[in-house]
Amino acid sequence: MSQEIAGRAVTVPRPRVVRRSAQPQVRVKSLILYALLILLSLLYLLPLYWMISTSLKLTGSEMVIPPQWIPAPIVWSNYADVFTQVPLLLYIRNSVVIALTATLFGVLTASLAGYGFARLQFPGRNFFFGCCIASLMLPEIVTLIPEFILFRRIGWVNSFWPLIVPWSLAGSAFAVFLFRQYCLTIPLELDEAARVDGAGTFRIWWAIILPLSKAVLATLAILSFTHHWNEFLRPLIYLGRPELRTLAIGLRAFRGEYQLAWNYMMAVALIMLIPILVLFFLAQRQFVQGIVMTGIKG
Amino acid sequence: MSITNAAQLAGRSSVVALRRSRFRRRQELEGLLCILPWLIGFLCFKFGPMVASLVIGMTQWDALQPPRWVGLENFQTMFSDPRWHNALYNTAYLSFLSVPAQLAVAFLFALMLNEKLRAMPLFRTIFYLPSQTPLVATAFLWNWIYHPDFGLANVLLSAVGLPTQDWLFDLDLAKPSLILITLWSGIGVPMIIFLAGLQGVPQSLYDAASIDGAGAIARFRHVTLPMVSPVIFFNLIIGIIASFQGFFTIVFLTTGGGPVYATLIYVVYIYFRAFQDFKMGYAAALAWVLLLIIMAMTAIQFLLARRWVYYEGGERT
Repeated sequence: MSQEIAGRAVTVPRPRVVRRSAQPQVRVKSLILYALLILLSLLYLLPLYWMISTSLKLTGSEMVIPPQWIPAPIVWSNYADVFTQVPLLLYIRNSVVIALTATLFGVLTASLAGYGFARLQFPGRNFFFGCCIASLMLPEIVTLIPEFILFRRIGWVNSFWPLIVPWSLAGSAFAVFLFRQYCLTIPLELDEAARVDGAGTFRIWWAIILPLSKAVLATLAILSFTHHWNEFLRPLIYLGRPELRTLAIGLRAFRGEYQLAWNYMMAVALIMLIPILVLFFLAQRQFVQGIVMTGIKG
Repeated sequence: MSITNAAQLAGRSSVVALRRSRFRRRQELEGLLCILPWLIGFLCFKFGPMVASLVIGMTQWDALQPPRWVGLENFQTMFSDPRWHNALYNTAYLSFLSVPAQLAVAFLFALMLNEKLRAMPLFRTIFYLPSQTPLVATAFLWNWIYHPDFGLANVLLSAVGLPTQDWLFDLDLAKPSLILITLWSGIGVPMIIFLAGLQGVPQSLYDAASIDGAGAIARFRHVTLPMVSPVIFFNLIIGIIASFQGFFTIVFLTTGGGPVYATLIYVVYIYFRAFQDFKMGYAAALAWVLLLIIMAMTAIQFLLARRWVYYEGGERT
């Protein structure tokens, strides 16, 4: 036993010795790693570069062999032209209206439910929370057909309601889950102190819990906004009338109905990508952490 | 004196108990109120439709005329439906190849990013960026990249002297072309999750392994892999379930299920049946079979996980 301990005491500094002697080797290793990473980065950026460069080409010059790697001339006006060629502004407006409304109500109800699951004792709490987790696994396509029949019966097809109402109530089981997990980390003493001061359950949610969870709320809001901005299948089913189209399904019409040239298509695709990128860079840390939380605790 | 005191105390405690039970009852009510909006949504848009879907699956219904009850006929029709076989095969092909391939690439990237070097946040952002591109934009971008005459893919092939391809229009190449798209757009999220998993492995374990004489490969095999196996498992389940639906946008906007049904996947087939042929009954039955398949696969993955997933605390579950 004591021999073992002695042996361990001797071996502890060894890695440091090894590392020092291997320094040139480590440098070579990190050089190779850098080279590999740069190569892979170029590979992953290439499609995006291709999208940007195509979007800036003169109509007609996007279809030449060999291709222009750098557009000559650079036609910035493509981005202005697409707004006159197709009802882009209308589609953006529709997308924004749907995404903002659904996000606002969705985050509110999810935070309220998450707070309830985390803080309050009521019959069936664990059962309902289990239902919430289980619904994470439910594929959207399974509920889509009855939902469509229901919305057609009550006349909501060709309106924004089917895209807003279900999400506002129970769109994101994940949001409920995440908010509950976060609530559990807020000290219970805060609630109790507020209760002593005469605040009710809902007052505590609104005035104590929500202000303390701005970071989570922002993460949920961004995830939700992105989801609606990108959503394709349900707008495709519910928004048949052209003036109701969102950007996601409008993009499809540009190719089919308007026969838009590829440079314009890429410009529109980039216009669709830009808000998401802005959101991503604004909240990169929270975003990544949010995803990590799902991954590790799921 | 002492008796009255005791009686007073008893009276007071019963008042406290009453007040406490009233408080508890109120709290129960308020708790239910808190989850009420979510619960209504869950019943109306998740649980209700799930059950309704099974019932509709046992009817013939074009959603205009009243439905006609046909029992299990839809499920029987399915087995002799060649398109259903196409859809099953294509979905299995795409999911079982693309998800493990994505995870392998994502894991390799995470391993590289886990090295403590400068500029890692930049590389991480670059690899993550494609996953943030809206799928609709991704689909159109790759339509353009795969353009048989002027696409980037063929430009690169001919630059290195290889014959150009028809990519999405080629019967044999259509599915691999789709998988290539997901290797670009699908690795961001699992990569970040892997990276977090790798960073969660305690350095002490690596040190201990080094002391015992383990080289880099042995450390990877006996420390890294067991420690991140739950994360791999999680990514696998989520990835496969997500791939059943995630392919919809890409397939719908690139190949539309063609050429000659080579990329007709399950969800696209349900969409065509339900919203083009208006066979709501048959489509609902198709959807339910998909649900059963997903549930079975999740269960199988949980069973398999016992053999190779290591959870901290020593227990294998």
